[in-house]
Amino acid sequence: MHTHDPGFLTRFWLAFVVFFRVLFDATFAGRTLALRAGAPEAEVEPEEVPEPGAEGVQEPEAKPLPAQPEPAKLHAAQPEAALQLLGLLQREGRLLDFLQEDMSGYTDAQVGAAARVVHDQCKRTLDAHLKFERIRAEEEGSRVSVPKGFAAGEIRLIGNVAGEPPFTGELTHAGWRVAHIELPKLSDGHDVRVIAPAEVEL
Amino acid sequence: MTEKRGPKYAVGIDLGTTHSAVASIDLSASGGDDVALSCLPLPQVVAPGEVEARTLLPSFLYLPLATELPEGSLTLPWSGHPSDFVIGEAARSLGVKSALRLISSAKSWLCQPAVDRRAPLLPLNAAPDVKQLSPLAVTVEYLKHLRNAWDHAHPQAKLALQALSIGVPASFDPAARELTAEAARLAGLEHAVLIEEPQAALYSWLGSSAKSWREQVRVGDMILVVDVGGGTSDFSLINVREREGELELERIAVGEHILLGGDNMDLALAYFLKGKLEAEGRTVDNAQLSVLTQVARGAKERLLNNPDEAHAPVVLPGRGSKLVGGALKTQLERADLERVLLDGFFPIVDASARPAARARGALTQLGLPYAQDAAITRHLAAFLGRQAGALGDAQQSFARPTAVLFNGGVFKSRLLRERVCGVIDAWLKQAGAPAVRVLEGAELDAAVARGAAYYGWVRTGNGIRIRGGTAMAYYVGIESAMPAVPGLPPPLSALCIAPFGLEEGTSADMPDTAFGLVVGEPVRFHFFGSTTRREDRAGSVLEQWSESELTALQDIEVTLEAEQQRPGDVVNVQLQAAVSEVGTLQLSAVSKANGARWRVELDTRDAAG
Repeated sequence: MHTHDPGFLTRFWLAFVVFFRVLFDATFAGRTLALRAGAPEAEVEPEEVPEPGAEGVQEPEAKPLPAQPEPAKLHAAQPEAALQLLGLLQREGRLLDFLQEDMSGYTDAQVGAAARVVHDQCKRTLDAHLKFERIRAEEEGSRVSVPKGFAAGEIRLIGNVAGEPPFTGELTHAGWRVAHIELPKLSDGHDVRVIAPAEVEL
Repeated sequence: MTEKRGPKYAVGIDLGTTHSAVASIDLSASGGDDVALSCLPLPQVVAPGEVEARTLLPSFLYLPLATELPEGSLTLPWSGHPSDFVIGEAARSLGVKSALRLISSAKSWLCQPAVDRRAPLLPLNAAPDVKQLSPLAVTVEYLKHLRNAWDHAHPQAKLALQALSIGVPASFDPAARELTAEAARLAGLEHAVLIEEPQAALYSWLGSSAKSWREQVRVGDMILVVDVGGGTSDFSLINVREREGELELERIAVGEHILLGGDNMDLALAYFLKGKLEAEGRTVDNAQLSVLTQVARGAKERLLNNPDEAHAPVVLPGRGSKLVGGALKTQLERADLERVLLDGFFPIVDASARPAARARGALTQLGLPYAQDAAITRHLAAFLGRQAGALGDAQQSFARPTAVLFNGGVFKSRLLRERVCGVIDAWLKQAGAPAVRVLEGAELDAAVARGAAYYGWVRTGNGIRIRGGTAMAYYVGIESAMPAVPGLPPPLSALCIAPFGLEEGTSADMPDTAFGLVVGEPVRFHFFGSTTRREDRAGSVLEQWSESELTALQDIEVTLEAEQQRPGDVVNVQLQAAVSEVGTLQLSAVSKANGARWRVELDTRDAAG
């Protein structure tokens, strides 16, 4: 647990974790909304990170609404969906094989040829399970306005960030949002930590 | 149906050689040209332990080794207990790596009279411990899976109570149709009716084009349906007529069974690329060949969809976890694609071209009789040539379509559609006839399931119905009583027992010819079908015919059970044909003396088989 400002890698990891938690945990999503809307920051309670696949990890139960805004808490993400998605990308697109392979001995042409397969299959797989949409419909590079009360989770202000909204600026990245996600259902006892089983040819 | 409530849905099942699909129409929400049609997501195991709903269910069944997969990893939403086989995507992908346990193309086996379709013979080259299944049993399991998927999604409207139609190739013979109907009964779907797939494709087009179809066809049109599925190619001719001021559609001809489809094309490309890699000194094993088939399909689609690209990269990833290091790389040149695909499967040929002859019935080895000539355009030329008199104009050398409807995933490619149209147009031009129009707006995905659902809706009295009846006239062979000529088989004449176009729910007249059959002994008849003799009535006797007119079908068999008669007695019977509401041909032997009936079996096989 970090009580100081986290580094980039940690934030990257956290973003991933929060992404899935928000998707699958309505209570957590509600709290995240409150946090984003500017609820007073609360003391961070350390919470134990469960082992992947560990059973009996209980969701924190929703407490009766206090008069004060509920203090924001950090929580551990359920790794199941993340591991399952990784397994899917490996199965269909060999993503983990690709990322884990030492690229140093290969030419750009070799890497490029393999990347084409990985890219093609991983994109198919993602498109089959997630529906992506742009957060801003405008062309990148065009002038856009950011109104008062904009959703700070969806629009990141960069550069000369000063003053009060509404702002006008150049859209450097149109953003991505998942509009829909549907992953395969898992049978009881299925071990999502196995990203790819070992193969033995008889 | 005697249910208190009528069906809530018209449901169509496409039981394809390589994929199955289910579509439905909510009857209460449909009327006029507004049809509430949707495809049913089909839950299936996509990998051990993972279940996902997809529009298509790959028609594959895998029989794992008892210890091969983790316990419970084949659980489906509706199955509480572990299953000893898996159907769908996981079956397909597991089978790629261990083919001895995979059943594929069960549908092609179901219409293969050379084998006993009730005998457990699949997978053909099974591992010793595999409990083999019959083609019929596999079909039953596919239907059960689809029924379970439906019932799971519609607990208040079980599939057994809906208006259900199942697609079969137009070229399925009576025995294969009967087996399909039997499979439906065994899967608990007694009330299912059969619909020819090219007709279903046309129904799908009628349903999706709503009102505009009336503007796209006109009286006198002859619509050619070219249906190239994953494993079979099927042609039909449908005539547009006017009756009492309304347009009427009549299916007037169907082609013969051609075991040749889109999968053969991808495989041909894969073998071509394999040869190319091997010429460069690389080796491609069987497991990689199936990956290569997928990669080849991707490269094919890329070239077909981008006419400007001269070649597409082909990368076969390494088998182990070394993806880049083990990768084999080559490319698919456009010229090669055109040679393998266009010239191999859709060559430019004359209207007089005919497929390379295939050996008649002499199956020396057990296997599927894949079409010996891969050229679909030559099969098409033969079909149109055979049907020259289909519209009554005997002067023409081939039947002249005025419009074309494409069906099947391969026709997503504009290049292939244009090639087929170009070939037909050249034939028509030479005959001085105008070029064909392509019927626009056809859905190529799940069209058979959609069209089958639409057919169910039409059967409840909506929309336009395609008339047709049987696509063949049927005959039994009678050995002449003439003195035998040494060295020659006794001359055979053919007695027509069912005319062309016998409609569902009707019986043919009974021919006068009677046979004296011995009670208690099975009696066989040679059985023939003709897709071209439209004038013969039940009772017509042919003394001679040309080879192309009559096709020998599987023998039929009847045993007069000794109920009123004693074994050994001779009873005079006549043969009568009827087409059931389901759409299957039913033959009975009827006693001349007292009208007693015995069922004539269509699915027989040689004692040696």
